[in-house]
Amino acid sequence: MPILEVHHIEKHFGTTRVLEDISFSLEEGRALAIIGSSGSGKTTLLRCLNFLETPDRGQILVRGKTLFDAADPATQRENEIRKKRLHFGMVFQSFHLFPQYTALENVTLAPQLLAEERPDFKSARREICGEIERRGKELLDQMGLADRAGHYPHQLSGGQQQRVAIARALAMKPDILCFDEPTSALDPELTGEVLKVIRSLAEQKTTMIIVTHEMAFARDVADQVIFMDRGVIVEQGEARQVIERPARERTRQFLARYAQQ
Amino acid sequence: MFATVIGALNVGFLQTLKLFAVTLLGAIPLGLIVSFGSMSRWAPLGRPVKWFLAKTRREAGGCSRFLMGLRPISLLTRLLVWVIRGTPLMLQLIILYYVPGKILDQSPWGSGETGRFLASAIAFIINYSCYFSEIYRGGIQGVPVGQQEAGMVLGMTKSQIFFKVTLLQMIKRIVPPMSNEIITLVKDTSIARIISMQEVIWAGYAFMKGSHGYSGLLWPLFFTGVYYLAFNGFLTLFFGWIERKLSYFR
Repeated sequence: MPILEVHHIEKHFGTTRVLEDISFSLEEGRALAIIGSSGSGKTTLLRCLNFLETPDRGQILVRGKTLFDAADPATQRENEIRKKRLHFGMVFQSFHLFPQYTALENVTLAPQLLAEERPDFKSARREICGEIERRGKELLDQMGLADRAGHYPHQLSGGQQQRVAIARALAMKPDILCFDEPTSALDPELTGEVLKVIRSLAEQKTTMIIVTHEMAFARDVADQVIFMDRGVIVEQGEARQVIERPARERTRQFLARYAQQ
Repeated sequence: MFATVIGALNVGFLQTLKLFAVTLLGAIPLGLIVSFGSMSRWAPLGRPVKWFLAKTRREAGGCSRFLMGLRPISLLTRLLVWVIRGTPLMLQLIILYYVPGKILDQSPWGSGETGRFLASAIAFIINYSCYFSEIYRGGIQGVPVGQQEAGMVLGMTKSQIFFKVTLLQMIKRIVPPMSNEIITLVKDTSIARIISMQEVIWAGYAFMKGSHGYSGLLWPLFFTGVYYLAFNGFLTLFFGWIERKLSYFR
């Protein structure tokens, strides 16, 4: 069974249709790259998966369980949506780290708040918080930021901030980790360190959806690729297949523009 | 003579400080409520009108769009803020102090200093909470939406996002405009003199008219300025200290 199934998602902003009949599925441990020009609806699609936007039509299923169904208001209750979001992790284009917390605190804040809801939190506070902090340090270490745990976001470079953001998302142990153009806000010399981290996550079989403009990266790291244009999926398939031998004319034109640059 | 004047001015300035402190204690939280009111997105007619349109298979016209977009709480709060900020505090104080007495047979404030203080405090709290609310609104809306979204995708509740993520960033943003407004408040307390509340200017002026066996003394009135200046100097240092305390993040 696929870990994620998306059926016929449609989304309008006012009278503009930004997503139309979006359907795809993703197997556990695989990485999906979504490519396409700006305004093609890639980011909106990710935001729909994270319940930051509500689709007008369609369903979202995780591990066969319906998380969202536009036709069923029972799947859209505010308090449940909060828990449903935890199936997805999100890494934003411009990081959105919390400026008043250190790198480590950024990573541990949400797990701590979630742990406070556990019935045994009061009795085992020390152990639970200790465990969360240990895991936070471990994640920062994994991101190559062990020596930056006590730094505030403004003391870090863009690439370091984005790696903290990745650790922060991983700390919630999401089923699927989403990246929204994770390197687009970075200087070219800083993109490498972030891509390297995502690459190593892919090697560890993290289930990921990556919206990206880095074609070579998508080809090498992703297992499957979706090409979107004007709110529809034009082509999807095996990564090398789509990027090296696209079947559709629109995909070919899009990739040709990248090849020229 | 000097000791007598200073003694009287001290008593007056104590009343000034009392009004200042009570206004702050009331207006700081009330302003937050007012700012939430003006930002309220509650549109009770949105769903019914949408349902009615769908049921009768009609397109949304100007009237139904107006009804769907109607946010009564936000509208009423903004109306209140407009009236309070749009009229002089002195006028508001006069109305609050004298009009109830004209309508009822007897003034609810009584004739003593306690009543004058109470009326002043209420007028000042209402007035300043409206000013504060706009500063808060700017502070809240100035925190990037991305901060809230980051909290949301991490599974935080709305109140967790407000208290753990937004609040401190908002406080950092509002310290400079708030310090401005609070320094203005120190001086605005002199407006309470219009209903004869016995604050420091009243006390200084008394020596011109005749009080404590002196009359025609000008300098006590001018000397009240020293009190304001000293206290505002202290506030300036205090807000500078807060700004430095919050400078560890950007």
